Amino acid sequence: MIAFTRRRAMGALLAATAASLTLAAASVSWAQEQTVKIGYAIAKTGPNATGAGITTLPNYKMWVEEVNAAGGLSLPDGSKRMIEVIEYDDRSSNEDLVRAIERLATQDEVDLILPPWGTGPNLAIAPLMDRFGYPQLAVTAVTDKAPEFAARWKRSFWMLGGGHDYAEGLAAVLKSARDAGHINGKIAMVSVADGFGIDLVNGARPAFEEAGFEIAYDKSYPLGTSDFAALMNEAKETGADSFVAFSYPPGSFGMTKTAQSAGYNPKVFYIGVGGAFPIYPGIANDKPAGVMSIGGVNAASPEIQAYFERHMESAGAPPDSWASAITYVSLQMLEQAVERVGLDHEKLAGELSSGTFDTLIGEVKLEDNQLRDLWWVGQWQDGSFRGIDPAGKDGAAEPIIPKPEW
Amino acid sequence: MTTLVLGLVLGGTYALLALGLTIQYGIARIMNLAYGEMTLVSAFCLVFLFQKLGLPPLVSILLVAPAGYLLGWVLYTVMMRPLVDRAANPGKLEVDSILATFGLLFVLQGVMLLVFGANFTSISYLDRGIPVFGVTIALNRLIAFAICVVAGGGLALALSASRWGLIMRAVALTPGSAPLVGIDVNKVARQAFALGSALAAVGGTSVAMYQTFSATDGVVFTMKALVIVIMGGVGNVPGALAAGFALGLVETFVSVMIDPGLTLAATFAIFLAVLLWRPQGLFGRRA
Repeated sequence: MIAFTRRRAMGALLAATAASLTLAAASVSWAQEQTVKIGYAIAKTGPNATGAGITTLPNYKMWVEEVNAAGGLSLPDGSKRMIEVIEYDDRSSNEDLVRAIERLATQDEVDLILPPWGTGPNLAIAPLMDRFGYPQLAVTAVTDKAPEFAARWKRSFWMLGGGHDYAEGLAAVLKSARDAGHINGKIAMVSVADGFGIDLVNGARPAFEEAGFEIAYDKSYPLGTSDFAALMNEAKETGADSFVAFSYPPGSFGMTKTAQSAGYNPKVFYIGVGGAFPIYPGIANDKPAGVMSIGGVNAASPEIQAYFERHMESAGAPPDSWASAITYVSLQMLEQAVERVGLDHEKLAGELSSGTFDTLIGEVKLEDNQLRDLWWVGQWQDGSFRGIDPAGKDGAAEPIIPKPEW
Repeated sequence: MTTLVLGLVLGGTYALLALGLTIQYGIARIMNLAYGEMTLVSAFCLVFLFQKLGLPPLVSILLVAPAGYLLGWVLYTVMMRPLVDRAANPGKLEVDSILATFGLLFVLQGVMLLVFGANFTSISYLDRGIPVFGVTIALNRLIAFAICVVAGGGLALALSASRWGLIMRAVALTPGSAPLVGIDVNKVARQAFALGSALAAVGGTSVAMYQTFSATDGVVFTMKALVIVIMGGVGNVPGALAAGFALGLVETFVSVMIDPGLTLAATFAIFLAVLLWRPQGLFGRRA
């Protein structure tokens, strides 16, 4: 038996570190002449790493792989340049993020900066991006103040709408279901007491009341709650046909499991962030059918289907059905804008703001620097998370109400 | 009645999470800030075994717990032992161990992110509802509750009634004079730390059965466990059990009677009240 001593352990640790450093040094690729330097700082560790790792990073990686495989980014003069990526981990801290953005702009002097994941981080860097003049394609930022921000920072673009959009979309879906006699006029609503939950619930209260609903249960719960049994019991006892939760992923998943084990079958079961994640069907014991959540995709579109396949190949997992595709759309817009006007920031921002782009989700043109052509409500149907609201949007699925029992 | 049952079950899962920390802190005098990460490592291992090898979680616990013991043993030998040797007094050791395990927290988190990725993870296992006194409880939570009662009860019994428990308590009480009666304090502390890690592993496996978690959730578990340990009295197993149950009951009652938004506030209100009223914890003795 080998005597396990501290000295030996430390020696082994040192050797391992040295070996990995050597490997890293050996694998640093010498950059080619004339690349396009694209930098980003994103959460690879800490609480934001989960969202960034599902929605944002796989798309960045896939897009760079695809562009470089095709010979690089096309420029207006017809030449092509490979993309060189500079990546920093902001450890989910906005201070680190801001420092990393400064570094990217001043020391690394990158040509383009891609945005971080999340509303807070995008707001944190917006003034800085503006000062350095970089266009900011803020994809994973949901904010009702998008019009204000777009006016304040001329080169910022907001691509996921605001809380009231999603709340009003849901109210529209529920209203038509009630008018058709599928559900009663009561809603049980819970929300997480944190940025996004508060935003949505503040949009939802007036929207539901305006649609003539009685909010029979309206409670918030603290972030980090893991046990929803008591909460869901209360919601069930109100006799409301619609259960609405403006939740973050752990809550969305926890409530799904609690509803299943307690045999709670409301006619409408709506959850917040996480409902559109590719792992959701697994969490719902492969019975996600009828569950509603934020976002959605046009699952019938061949472009979306091909995108799902490529994402699966590149990242080993499907994309989420809310912001993933939009993230890729933002990169497509960037690619086409560079091809039209080159890398000059002012021209790029102008093109992004006024140009029309051919993307995954069809033809895209921003309104006041915002993407408004979005799915507000989606529902799991036949294994895909399909957009159901706006009902008039191309590719909208017909909502299934009441939801099939678990 | 509903509230009582739900609260007790929730309390059981809380108490189970805190058992290991109370042993580590109470006997080995190591304030382990990486405790939550340890529970997560075992939760990920359980999910891995379940998904890749089809091992039922209840079987994996039998594998993961000894692995946790071994990991704790190694950690103590490599990382904690020099701190113990260097520390002039228990206070110094507390500070040193807090700093060291704070670093360990990031190491473990980084390893988990590398190996298991940043995704939210959860498995569906025994998700059926079981009626208990007319209240539907998810079977997996009930199992976690049972594990807690068995592990906690057994541990409390062993500590109070066996010779091994007597030695443990001696070290917990007066590490300075335990060697005078022929106790190898280092061996006992190592054992205690390893046992705490094993309990963290068991807690993690139960978490994996009923909760969605991700590689960055460790701090949540550490905080809960810490509150319970301090409330129950440091190194006091029955105290930790009682505090865990109390927290679960209070959270559920507040959620039903007052407002779900106040559960966290209530937790810390009780915590503060206990600290003001009995700084040594509910069951702690005055040092």
